[in-house]
Amino acid sequence: MNAVAIDNALVDYLLHLGDNALVLGQRNSQWCGVGPVLEEDLALTNQTLDLIGQARLLYQEAARLQGGDATEDTLAYFRDAPDFRNYVLLELPASLPRVGYAQGDMDWGVTLARNFLYSALMVPLWEALQASAHAPLAAIAAKSLKEARYHLRHASEWVVRLGDGTDVSHARMQAAFDHLMPYTQEFWTDSDLEQAAVEAGVGVHPTQVRDVWRATVEATLQEATLRVPSDVGYVPQGKQGLHSEHLSYLLGEMQCVARAHPGAVW
Amino acid sequence: MSNPATPEGANAPTKATPALKDWPLWEVFVRSKQGLEHKHCGSLHAADAEHALQMARDIYTRRQEGVSIWVVPSSAIVASRPSDKGEFFEPAADKIYRHPTFYEIPDEVGHM
Repeated sequence: MNAVAIDNALVDYLLHLGDNALVLGQRNSQWCGVGPVLEEDLALTNQTLDLIGQARLLYQEAARLQGGDATEDTLAYFRDAPDFRNYVLLELPASLPRVGYAQGDMDWGVTLARNFLYSALMVPLWEALQASAHAPLAAIAAKSLKEARYHLRHASEWVVRLGDGTDVSHARMQAAFDHLMPYTQEFWTDSDLEQAAVEAGVGVHPTQVRDVWRATVEATLQEATLRVPSDVGYVPQGKQGLHSEHLSYLLGEMQCVARAHPGAVW
Repeated sequence: MSNPATPEGANAPTKATPALKDWPLWEVFVRSKQGLEHKHCGSLHAADAEHALQMARDIYTRRQEGVSIWVVPSSAIVASRPSDKGEFFEPAADKIYRHPTFYEIPDEVGHM
C-alpha cells in the first residue's frame, strides 16, 4: 500500500470508530435529565461524555489526515446518514422495535443491553488497537480502553441485577437481548474499510476478538440467569453506509442547530 | 427520536423513584490524594455495596476528586444525639487550658 492508500484507509477506519462513539453517545444522551434515578442519570451522562470525547479525538485525527476544510465539526454535523459508518445496533432507539417516527417510553433495559454488547466488544478491540501502527490511534485506544472498561462494568452490573432481579425485570432484560442480539452479527462481517485498515496495519478486525466477546456475553448472561439469544436473521450493514430509518432522525436532531447556524461560535 | 420539546419517555422514568424507597442509604468517603485521609463527602441510595461504589465514582469523583472511595451503610453509623449536646460537648467549653496556646514556641521550631 502506498502512503495515500494508507491514509485513505485510516480516514475511513477512524470515521467508523468515531461514528460508533458519536451515535451511541447521542442515543445515550437522551437519558440526560430523565434517567431512572439521579445517580444513574449522572452515570450514563458521564459515559455519554466519554463517548463523545472519543468521537472528537477520532474525528480530529480523521480531519487532520483528510486536510482541506475538514474539521471534527464538519464530520459530525455535515455528513448525512449514508456517510456514517456506525453499527446499526448503536442507532436504534432505546426501546423495543418501533418505527422511526414513533414516540414512546424509553427502555432502560435496552439501553443497558446495548451498552453491554458494545462495550464488551470495545474493551478487547481498544486493547488490540493499542498496537496500531498509527501512533495517534494507538494513543486514543489507550485512553478509550479505560473508559470502555468502566462502561462494561457498569452495564454488566445492571444486566446481572435486572436479569437476576424480579420477574418483570428479568422478562424485560431478556426481551432487550432478544431484540438486540441479531444486530451484533454486523460486528463480524467483512467490510472494505476494515479490510483496508487491517492490511495497512492500522486497524483490527473484530473477528479477532470474537471469542473474547462471546465469553464475556455468555458469562454475564449466565450470571444474570438470562438465555443467550440466537444471533440469526437479517445482517445489518451500517458500516457500509446502509442504515435503519432511525439514524436520520437521530442525525436530524443532532445536526439541526449546526446546520441552521453554520460556522456559529459560542 | 422525537420532538425536542417532549423528550421521548420523559414521563416514564419519573413515575416512581424505587431508589428512595427500596434501596438503602450509603455514606461516601473519598480520599483526595495518597497519604490523606478519607473524607465524608455525601450519601446516596444504592442496591448494594458494589452498586454504591460505582455510583459514588460517578457522582463524587467525576472532577478528579479522588483516588480511593469507601462506602458505608448509613445504618452502620452510630451518631450522637443532638439532645446530648449539652453533656457531650459543652463541658469542654471552659477548659481553655486543653488548647496548647499557653506555650511559647521557640523560634527554631518555625511554623506549626
